[in-house]
Amino acid sequence: MPEAAVRVAGGAPATAPLLAVRNLQAWYGESHVLHGIDFDVAPGEVVTLLGRNGAGKTTTLRSIIGILRKRTGSIVFDGRETIRMASRHIAQLGIGYVPEERGIFSSLSVAENLVLPPQVKPGGMTTEQIFTLFPNLRERLSSQGTKLSGGEQQMLAIGRILRTGANLLLLDEPTEGLAPVIVEQIGRTIARLKQDGFTIVLVEQNFRFAATVADRHYVVEQGRVVDMIRNDELDANIDKLHGYLGV
Amino acid sequence: MSELLGVPSQVLFGQLLLGLINGSFYAVLSLGLAIIFGLLNIINFAHGAQYMMGAFVAWMLLQYAGVGYWWALLAAPVVVGITGVVIERLLLARLRNADHLYGLLLTFGLALIIQGIFRNEYGVSGLPYGIPPELAGGRNLGFMFLPNYRAWVVLASLTLCLATWFVIERTRLGAYLRAATENPTLVQAFGINVPLLVTLTYGFGVALAAFAGVLAAPIYSVNPNMGADMIIVVFAVVVIGGMGSILGSIVTGFALGIVEGLTKVFYPEASSTVIFVIMILVLLVKPAGLFGRAA
Ligand SMILES: Nc1ncnc2c1ncn2[C@@H]1O[C@H](COP(=O)(O)OP(=O)(O)OP(=O)(O)O)[C@@H](O)[C@H]1O
Ligand SMILES: [Mg+2]
Repeated sequence: MPEAAVRVAGGAPATAPLLAVRNLQAWYGESHVLHGIDFDVAPGEVVTLLGRNGAGKTTTLRSIIGILRKRTGSIVFDGRETIRMASRHIAQLGIGYVPEERGIFSSLSVAENLVLPPQVKPGGMTTEQIFTLFPNLRERLSSQGTKLSGGEQQMLAIGRILRTGANLLLLDEPTEGLAPVIVEQIGRTIARLKQDGFTIVLVEQNFRFAATVADRHYVVEQGRVVDMIRNDELDANIDKLHGYLGV
Repeated sequence: MSELLGVPSQVLFGQLLLGLINGSFYAVLSLGLAIIFGLLNIINFAHGAQYMMGAFVAWMLLQYAGVGYWWALLAAPVVVGITGVVIERLLLARLRNADHLYGLLLTFGLALIIQGIFRNEYGVSGLPYGIPPELAGGRNLGFMFLPNYRAWVVLASLTLCLATWFVIERTRLGAYLRAATENPTLVQAFGINVPLLVTLTYGFGVALAAFAGVLAAPIYSVNPNMGADMIIVVFAVVVIGGMGSILGSIVTGFALGIVEGLTKVFYPEASSTVIFVIMILVLLVKPAGLFGRAA
């Protein structure tokens, strides 16, 4: 497996990566969950992590943002090694995180949720621009955050990190449990964010959705990256991918 | 003499006022406990001792430095709040991931130590602290005599509670506090300095207790046990209101003070137990407290 991982990392585009993850290992207490995650993300790329339930995709994102402190290996973001940093310092480098459970605060209104994450860099979107992306939010500003529908909560969770100036977005299954029209809207949003120059790591189970937005896909299996498939080679590799995902 | 509900109105209103005064202290103290519990998940047993420290610092400022009531009202909460900041950084911060029983035991121990030190230095007989001259005397409202200082205590407490509520519920800082109370890990992952927020919150909660202590100094004598007597009732108030509810602790504090006052009028034998009886009833019917959310 380690050779495969190296080969995978070597398959990334030639530009200096914005995010480079090497031999990332992570633990929940005594339980060793990540056994060597390797991948690169170039500036402006949308890259997915695909894999079965429990493969370690969420854990990978948690390790990158620093919520999971027990981790080793190397994570270099924008030229800075972050493996020993606390999550608030990592966020301040310009990484925005949307957790799998969305993390909308019930004791905050929609408006308060939206402006909660502080600015970390110049160049973030204005709230006006965010409302253009997600018109639903404008109508619901004074509602309690968790009174929103699942789709609206997902929009709020994405919208609130667009204000901060973060240029790398970590999105954990943004389409999970949402109606097809909402999934489409999220897809359009991701495409739009890519146009605007955001770099995105997207965790997905739904690779049909992933294929509509991503440049490359990394396959995670039992805490390791086992393969990398370019989106334009997806059709040729579809049987292999089905095998990985067990569909 | 006029009567209301078969009771002389002077007596009724007198006890109501007394209830409102006690209610003011309950409200300010349980508010501090609620804020601390919300964010730190610690039941701050030292709260009574910190209230007592507020009164003592006011007394010391006057005794040793000639600093009067009004400056003490400002300085004592700051001084005691700083001791809170030190306690949080040195001790409580180490318990961040432990069961909240540990925090309770630690602060309980601190309370005993602090009270012991003051008892050793100043005895238990109580030290006098005068009413500031600006608030001496009172006015006759027709149906009762209202001492100015007592009116001030109610007014100051109410204002402080409402201001605190406003900051927590309506400002950006308050939004950080509420969010960190709900999910500190995620708030930290947005780049917010949660440990600092926690330290300052504990310091502020402690400062609230000290403020109440200064308010209390001219009413009760300043003595090392004043907090221990008060805090037991305040814990009952907090349980009734719902641990961690901001508005709940304010409303319940004032309301139970009044209930206690009325009980003194109509059934004096029960006046010292009525709050605990209510606590038991509330726990039976609504274990999370009147304003609490079920865990
Ligand atoms: N808090 C935790 N404590 C202990 N083990 C955990 C914890 N969270 C996840 N795990 C374990 O770590 C492994 C990886 O989980 P992770 O959540 O990263 O998977 P995932 O790829 O995101 O899966 P899914 O597609 O279901 O979201 C799983 O075996 C899971 O049981
Ligand atoms: Mg997951």
